[in-house]
Amino acid sequence: MDDPVITATALRKRNGATRALDGFDLAVPRGAVLALLGPNGAGKTTAVEILATLRRADSGRACVAGFDVAREPDRVRERIGLAGQYAAVDELLTGRANLVMFGRLNGLGAAAARRRADELLERFALTEAAGRRVDGYSGGMRRRLDLAASLTRDPQVLFLDEPTTGLDPRSRNGVWESVRDLVGAGTTVLLTTQYLEEADRLADRIAVLDSGAVIAEGTADELKSRIGGDQIDVVAAGAGDLGAIAAVAARISGASPQVRTDERRVSVAVSVSARIGVLGGILRELDAAGLEVEDIGVRRPTLDDVFLGLTGRAGADAPAGAERHETEEVSA
Amino acid sequence: MTATFDPPAPRAPVAAPDRPGRLSRAVVHGWVMTRRNLLHAVRSPAEPLLTLFIPLMMVLVFGFVFGEGMAHPGTGGADGFRAFLMPGIFVMAMLYSVSATATGVSMDSSRAVIGRFRSMPMAASALLTGRAAADMLRALLETAVLVGCGLLIGWRWEGTAVEAVQAIGLLLLFRFAMTWVGIYLGLVTSDPDVVGLIVYPLAFPLGVVSTTFTPPELMPGVLGAVAEWNPVSSVVNAMRELFGNPGVGGDSWVAAHPVLMAVLWPLAILAVCVPPALARFRNLSR
Ligand SMILES: Nc1ncnc2c1ncn2[C@@H]1O[C@H](COP(=O)(O)OP(=O)(O)OP(=O)(O)O)[C@@H](O)[C@H]1O
Ligand SMILES: [Mg+2]
Repeated sequence: MDDPVITATALRKRNGATRALDGFDLAVPRGAVLALLGPNGAGKTTAVEILATLRRADSGRACVAGFDVAREPDRVRERIGLAGQYAAVDELLTGRANLVMFGRLNGLGAAAARRRADELLERFALTEAAGRRVDGYSGGMRRRLDLAASLTRDPQVLFLDEPTTGLDPRSRNGVWESVRDLVGAGTTVLLTTQYLEEADRLADRIAVLDSGAVIAEGTADELKSRIGGDQIDVVAAGAGDLGAIAAVAARISGASPQVRTDERRVSVAVSVSARIGVLGGILRELDAAGLEVEDIGVRRPTLDDVFLGLTGRAGADAPAGAERHETEEVSA
Repeated sequence: MTATFDPPAPRAPVAAPDRPGRLSRAVVHGWVMTRRNLLHAVRSPAEPLLTLFIPLMMVLVFGFVFGEGMAHPGTGGADGFRAFLMPGIFVMAMLYSVSATATGVSMDSSRAVIGRFRSMPMAASALLTGRAAADMLRALLETAVLVGCGLLIGWRWEGTAVEAVQAIGLLLLFRFAMTWVGIYLGLVTSDPDVVGLIVYPLAFPLGVVSTTFTPPELMPGVLGAVAEWNPVSSVVNAMRELFGNPGVGGDSWVAAHPVLMAVLWPLAILAVCVPPALARFRNLSR
């Protein structure tokens, strides 16, 4: 029960000149949902593809569902489902023909494959489109079909590479629900995402990936407390008050605030348990000092904040974001 | 106490997948892939129809437009030339099919769905066997259409039914060899647009410098020898002999043993193409 169902040790993989994975370690316990969180180019897809036997690591070792991915890929393939970053379905076939085909290749008999296909079509709201060719599907429909295809045989381990990218909120909720159902049934899920919020909603544990290595792992709360929890943002009514507001925020929270002059915004990190108290304290002080604010609120940290907290720099894909976090001295 | 809410019963633990034998898995998956390729053809019928268009055009152009002019002593008049021509057309259709096979294989290896195939416990051979089987079924259909077309323009098999079946058998053997040529070309050429085209400069001389249209003795020395030994000629000559259609004659050893050569040539082509195709395919799936 406690033996991990996915383990990776010191995986390395070069993609041309880039080190896509550079000492990647991971252990996912049975029945858990682990989110691999990282910016563009962090190596999420490379990690998933190696674990799902699509590619071979240059060095290191990985086991999935008890079998070595390099030595016994077929045993692994019998036990996993994969929905890659880009839908991998046959464009020229109908949705139903795709699912029947994948079911057959997954070892189901002809009748069982048809039954399973209909079940999955129903579950992913594709029954109406089932008889249409996939090249006429919308992006979201393709994604859902791809997800359905990864479930043609109840997998022990499911890999989802950015499963909700490009989905509308309703479809996104649908995917989240399916993931929760699967986990309820005992499937272990490894998903990748660029959104801390998604990782937060779905995952038991989050591994933060940066430049091919896991730089932090833990529950969402653990990670957030490592970066100082939530953020309180105060937007001043006038730019002249920024310094005074920053001073109030610093005194109440005990942390050093970041000031962004062009947005007239003061941000300060606050632990999840203390955030309401601090928010109230700041409000009262500002009121007493007669400082006018346009907006004030508690904000969940974004991937950017997590990154900044863990690496001291912004996520690779957000160079402009780095500037936002620089603390500026503002004279009152 | 009565429960007002029944939590959903947890599903039974995932059953260990049954592991069918390697061979039965290869057969079932090969059949699934055959069906996939046939469905592709049915759902986008333009390509298979265009493939048939070339041999039908040849019947029209060489049988009727040039027919009278191309007749030679071995064939008698234009009617005789058309009876002489039809076996050549059958073989030509099989030769040009290399293009469709190669394009299909090349497109497949660049499709995203290959990633899913490779994440599944699928018999790797199924992609190739499925392609070959679907091609052979298509070849049967194409042959039927061309035979029908031949009958319409006055071509007949003059020999026994058994001989006619043997002739068709040789034709399909040749197609099988061409399928593997196509698979190999499709695997080594990454660009599907290019691969469909490179087949024509390869197939055109093979088709023309052969006994399909003209007896080799009417060609200048070297070309005549090439035409005699051309695999296309061997299959065409063998079919003419078995169908009892007019032939090109000739007293060289190859000309005297067309049926034997029509068996040996495809086997030789398969021996040359299949191993590198399989090796190439295995390397692709890394
Ligand atoms: N086919 C390839 N050829 C060369 N380099 C590649 C290839 N695929 C990925 N890379 C490089 O490998 C690194 C990791 O890529 P990977 O796709 O694993 O990142 P990712 O975390 O999935 O990114 P994204 O969020 O954009 O999907 C990147 O630096 C990328 O540039
Ligand atoms: Mg990716």
